[in-house]
Amino acid sequence: MPDALVIRSGRVLDETGERMADVLVRDGRIAEVAPGLDVPAGARVLDAEGCVVSPGLVDIQVHFREPGREEAETIETGARAAALGGFTAVVAMPNTTPPLDDAKVMAAVLERGRQVACLVTFAGCITQGRAGHELAPLGELYDLGVRVFTDDGDCVADANVMRRAFEYALALPGSVIAQHAEDPDLVAGGHMHEGEWSAKLGIPGRPAEAESTIVARDLALAKLTGGRYHVLHMSAGASAELVRAAKAEGIRVTCEVSPQHLALTDAACASFDPVFKMNPPLRSEADVAALTAALADGTIDAIATDHAPHAPETKERPFEEAPPGMLGVETAVAVAITKLVDTGVMTLAQVLGALSWRPARIAGLDAAGHGLPVVAGNPANLCVLDPAARWVVSPDRLASRSRNTPFAGWKLSGRVRHTVLYGQPTVLDHEAQA
Amino acid sequence: MKHLLSIEDLDRAAVEALLDQSDAFLDVLARDIPKVPALRGKTVVSLFYEESTRTRLSFETAAKRLSADTMSFAVGSSSVKKGESLLDTVKTIEAMGIDAMVVRHHAAGAPHRVAQWIDASVINAGDGRHEHPTQALLDAFTLRRHRGPSLDGCRVAIIGDIRNSRVARSTMLCFTRLGARVTFVAPPTLIPERLDGWPVTVAHDLDDVLGEIDVAYVLRVQEERLGQALLPTLREYYARYGLTAERAARMKPDTFVMHPGPMIRGPEIATEVVDGPRSLVREQVTNGVAVRMAVLWSLIGSGGHVA
Repeated sequence: MPDALVIRSGRVLDETGERMADVLVRDGRIAEVAPGLDVPAGARVLDAEGCVVSPGLVDIQVHFREPGREEAETIETGARAAALGGFTAVVAMPNTTPPLDDAKVMAAVLERGRQVACLVTFAGCITQGRAGHELAPLGELYDLGVRVFTDDGDCVADANVMRRAFEYALALPGSVIAQHAEDPDLVAGGHMHEGEWSAKLGIPGRPAEAESTIVARDLALAKLTGGRYHVLHMSAGASAELVRAAKAEGIRVTCEVSPQHLALTDAACASFDPVFKMNPPLRSEADVAALTAALADGTIDAIATDHAPHAPETKERPFEEAPPGMLGVETAVAVAITKLVDTGVMTLAQVLGALSWRPARIAGLDAAGHGLPVVAGNPANLCVLDPAARWVVSPDRLASRSRNTPFAGWKLSGRVRHTVLYGQPTVLDHEAQA
Repeated sequence: MKHLLSIEDLDRAAVEALLDQSDAFLDVLARDIPKVPALRGKTVVSLFYEESTRTRLSFETAAKRLSADTMSFAVGSSSVKKGESLLDTVKTIEAMGIDAMVVRHHAAGAPHRVAQWIDASVINAGDGRHEHPTQALLDAFTLRRHRGPSLDGCRVAIIGDIRNSRVARSTMLCFTRLGARVTFVAPPTLIPERLDGWPVTVAHDLDDVLGEIDVAYVLRVQEERLGQALLPTLREYYARYGLTAERAARMKPDTFVMHPGPMIRGPEIATEVVDGPRSLVREQVTNGVAVRMAVLWSLIGSGGHVA
């Protein structure tokens, strides 16, 4: 294995700006960034002609299904898929079987997550068994390196439990309480966005207000406690309004949106194909417009995929009987470029910020060397992508163990060419290396 | 037409063609030997994931009157109970060699999924809260026989649990395709959550519309709605929305009464109204066979005229 590599002729783009430069990587770190670098003897050359060289992408919401549902995804296959999507670090959600509410289980998955094609870190549960009643051992999990706490998949519905979680986490610097914001009573029995389409299709709905009422409540509790709050996969325009106002008021809040919530609407459910089913659901055109505007103006901090693999047989069911969730890591940056950059809504730098350095900070992954500027001394976690390359999404060619992408057949702009994790290529010329 | 999945897919001409065909089959049913060899050698299977008496019997009768072979797949006593998926079940049935599958399922869109999985024609016999197209066709057929070929200007009140009713969705679409003007009559909790683009008006007070309507179409309200905070009590519901003899007396003398069944005689719809001269309830059932014959014939017949 060569001890050095040079990424040649790319356009380096990070939080500090952009410049044409070669990047020399040695011993896992960036050694030099300058145009026309000499290639040291024995160094591997990664061509980046026509490409952007950015900090590795960071996805703060994925489901890699291990332990418990390895037929859908494993830490290894999920990490490989993520690397192909340009990611060098992810935060996997704790709604596994068993759930990640225990230090021993957490230590085991964290160890596994350090051995794969992408740094796979894990969020811990807020409550024991994700049941919503008693706090999980947040401190023990924190001591293992966990920074994000969530019962994702389920909402922490009990306001008092949420309040105490905010308070308790104040003693754990850099930690954040992340909420799957959907009031369980308002969404009970629902399978898609409540609106024009649910009424027409006869599919029971999940109203946008199920999200915005929880976000409003949680923001009040964050204000009361001084706690740090993160809204997972925000889907409603009304929630974005609330976060915008809360940020102006100085409440410690961040939020994310998924590519599918920016690219698709509830109209997709008219096919009755559950590949378009997720929680929170795909929403109206007005919500998509509001979320897009909120991402562009910085109200929404990050794009996170909620990569949710499901084995094919579980999606080959009627809409109401199939599990919610969609794949995301292999298509995220391309969907974002196609929907946001090609349309002139955002610059590539803004999109990469939402996919790298901003989410890295939310989850404390900057401390592990992710999302940092491409300058000498920083760990070499890098993504080399051709923003103009066009490709067609083919479910059969995805590296994920599952096939449930909502973007099958879409022609997208932006293709990841190389990914480098702590100085080692995990993807070379579109091919996973392990 | 390969499948019949929803009225939404049919335009006025397509609806009228099916109803015209139904007229021909109603004549067949009036014969001494009410049977034609139109579908001899064809196999029709019914796959019902929900209990049903009239729809299932009606389809099977229709298939037999057309000389088709029929198979009935009773979910309750089958491999479905052992955990077989819908996909595997329909693939297994298809492998036996069938021409049409009549599907009822508690999930919206299930017949649409089945139509993507198999080559045979699929007929939606009711999917969740979504649609029940053959019920709508038989309703329109029944009304058309009394109101002339067109329903232009005919005022219909659909009364009851519209939100949770597949019959309401399909019948409203079918009636309006033929020119009728439909009003949904129910408390706000039983009206669909959004009505954007629906060609309907809404009334919350039945007494306001009684005197203006040409058809009172009554739907059942299920007791389980009480637990969902949609209604306080059934007694209160019937007091406000029940079609009592007193209310029926305030309708125009030529206003028809319809009900898709099963009905609750008494509070929901008075016995003297159901059995009264303006009731089309019994006729709806008879016509159901003719309409389902027309549907089967259109989907898997040779498409020509029936002797």
